[in-house]
Amino acid sequence: MIIAQQKPIKEIAAMIADCKKVLLAGCQGCVAVCLAGGDKETEILASALRIMRKLEGNPLEAVTYAATRQCDPEYIVPMDDLVKDVDAVISLACGVGVQYVAERYPDKWVVPALDTKFIGGSTVHGVWEEKCGLCGECILHRTGGICPIIRCSKSILNGPCGGSQYGKCEVSKDVDCAWQLIYDRMKALGRLDKMMEIQMPKDWSKSRDGGPRRAVREDVIIE
Amino acid sequence: MRIQYSPNIRIVEMTCTGNIDHRVILNAFEEGADGVYVAGCLEGDCHFQKGNFRAKKRVNAVKKLLDEIGLGGDRLEMYNLSAAQGPRFAEIANEMTAKIKALGPSPLNSPAGGCCGCSKEGATN
Repeated sequence: MIIAQQKPIKEIAAMIADCKKVLLAGCQGCVAVCLAGGDKETEILASALRIMRKLEGNPLEAVTYAATRQCDPEYIVPMDDLVKDVDAVISLACGVGVQYVAERYPDKWVVPALDTKFIGGSTVHGVWEEKCGLCGECILHRTGGICPIIRCSKSILNGPCGGSQYGKCEVSKDVDCAWQLIYDRMKALGRLDKMMEIQMPKDWSKSRDGGPRRAVREDVIIE
Repeated sequence: MRIQYSPNIRIVEMTCTGNIDHRVILNAFEEGADGVYVAGCLEGDCHFQKGNFRAKKRVNAVKKLLDEIGLGGDRLEMYNLSAAQGPRFAEIANEMTAKIKALGPSPLNSPAGGCCGCSKEGATN
């Protein structure tokens, strides 16, 4: 899922300093699962902003709505009536949701409440870690199910490098050397020979080097 | 046992402090409470094992948020006591009331804040 975290509340308040009424739009997708922008977080932020503004003697009317997800335009449409009379929309979605909301309401001030961090998962409740580098061409079948693109600090494809010491990365003693993990796992699987195969250079044009990407499936497009 | 305690406490019963949500506490302040305290079971005595520890974490998170937004985390506390500690319950009620009185009414209740100026105190159990 996409992992996001809420911006400092003072930064969010500053973005809507000149607004009298705002809509806080939560998202029940990834950001709800990573406890950053679901129903609960949306209501907490609304309450905190109302209190903050009342204390400043400049009351704020804050209404809330949580879309099924904001990365599909059809789920933003139900917000139309709520958006009509607000001065701004604070989106608690990832960067994708914020942009779809901004596109839907071209005359509205749309601001992000979250910092979109990375693609990852949770290790325990409340702790998330980065797992995928979105490189556009998965190589996990060659690396024992461990992604060197994102889990190696250098994203190198022929590790480990000289900075690998006792299984840890030189960047931090808390970061495992991804290539050590890959080697250990391939060895345990009896597939070390796979690591000796000559690999062609990675096609980075399928990653961000190729500019903004699109994915198309002709067979499911509704005319 | 007829123990007197500050009459300005409004008790909000909850099934377990582990059910305490940030929103419940913030809502109490928005509704006019000058202070809020969460009274959980003694640590180690939770029927659901960790409810009061989870509540403690959430209370601390809301205290931090109250500091950030200017209302002040001092207006929120968590206490632990058992259902058999009546005298302690009264003691906590009086202690919290004295603390909040020293802090003064919630600025959210001042005329500038647009409220009625009432002086209520919310308590959650």
